[in-house]
Amino acid sequence: MFRATATQSLSVSLTVGLYGAAFGAAGVAAGFSILQTCLLSLLTFSGASQFAVVGIMGSGGSALSAIATAALLGLRNGLYGLRMAPVLRVRGAKRVLAAHVTIDESTGVAIGQEDLGEDAMRQGFWFTGLGVFLFWNLFTLAGALGAQAMGNPSAWGLDAAVPAAFLGLVWPRLLGNFERTLAISALTLAVLLTPLLPAGLPIIATVLLAITFGWKVRK
Amino acid sequence: MNSIWVGVLGASAIAFFWKYLGHSIPEKYLQNARMLRINALIPIALLSALVGVQTFGQKSELVVDQRLAGVAVALIALILKAPYFIVVISAAATSAFIYSLR
Repeated sequence: MFRATATQSLSVSLTVGLYGAAFGAAGVAAGFSILQTCLLSLLTFSGASQFAVVGIMGSGGSALSAIATAALLGLRNGLYGLRMAPVLRVRGAKRVLAAHVTIDESTGVAIGQEDLGEDAMRQGFWFTGLGVFLFWNLFTLAGALGAQAMGNPSAWGLDAAVPAAFLGLVWPRLLGNFERTLAISALTLAVLLTPLLPAGLPIIATVLLAITFGWKVRK
Repeated sequence: MNSIWVGVLGASAIAFFWKYLGHSIPEKYLQNARMLRINALIPIALLSALVGVQTFGQKSELVVDQRLAGVAVALIALILKAPYFIVVISAAATSAFIYSLR
C-alpha cells in the first residue's frame, strides 16, 4: 500500500466525483429521466461523452449524432487501455472491470506513479478508477434529483452550466497557440454551421479540423 | 424504445467497446504517429464545438442570451485558475442572475 498514491487517488476521486452533480443536473435539464441520466454515468462512464449525449439530444440532435460524438470523444480511453494493459496484466472479468474504469483520471494517476514502480501504478489505477466510479455515480444521482426539484433550468443557470462544463473540460488541453487556434476554429465553425445543418452534425464536422491540424508534423 | 434510450445505450456500448479494445490489442499495432496526433486533437475540436453550440445555439438558430454572460464568467474563472466546480457554479449563478432580470 502506497500512502501518497492512495491520498492522491482519494482527492482526485472526490474532486472529479463532484462534477457528477453538474452532469446529473445537465441530464435532467436536457429532458433525460433520472434513470437515463444515472445509467449514462453507470454504463458510459466517460464525462465528456456523457455531456455530449445530453447536450446534443437535449438540443434536438439525433441519437446517431449523439452516439457518433460520444464515440469520437471516448476513443482516447482505448489508447489509455493500450497503455495500461501491460501494467495491469489482467484477464477475464477483471479485464472487463479494468476496461470500464479506464478513463482520464485513473490512467493519469497511474502514470504519475511511474517512479514508484508498477505496484504503485496498479494501485493508483484501481483506487482512482473505482473511487471516481463511486463518487461520480453518487453525485450524478444527487445532481439529477436536485435538478428535478428545481424546475425551470434557465432560472437556475443550468443552461450556461453545460457550456461552462465543456469549457472546463477542454481548458487543460489548450497548452499552446496551436491548440488554442484549433479550439477557436472549431468553436467558430460549429456555431456558423448550426443554422445550416441538423443538430449534432456541426459538432461532428469539426473532426475534419482536428484531422487537418494533426496531419502534418508541427515545426 | 424512444431515441433517448437509443442514445444512452448506444453511447454506453461504444464507450465500453473502445476501452475493452484498448486492453485487448497488442500495443505494437497502434504506433502510427499521425493517428496518435489526430487522436489527441479530436477532443479539443469536439469540446470547443460543444462550447460554441451550447452557448449560442437555440434549436437551429443562433441567439445571444444569458448563457454568454455565464460562459464569459467561466472563462474568467479558468484564467484565474479556479477549480472546475467553481467554474461551473459561477457560470450558472451569472446566467441565473441575468435571466431573473428579464
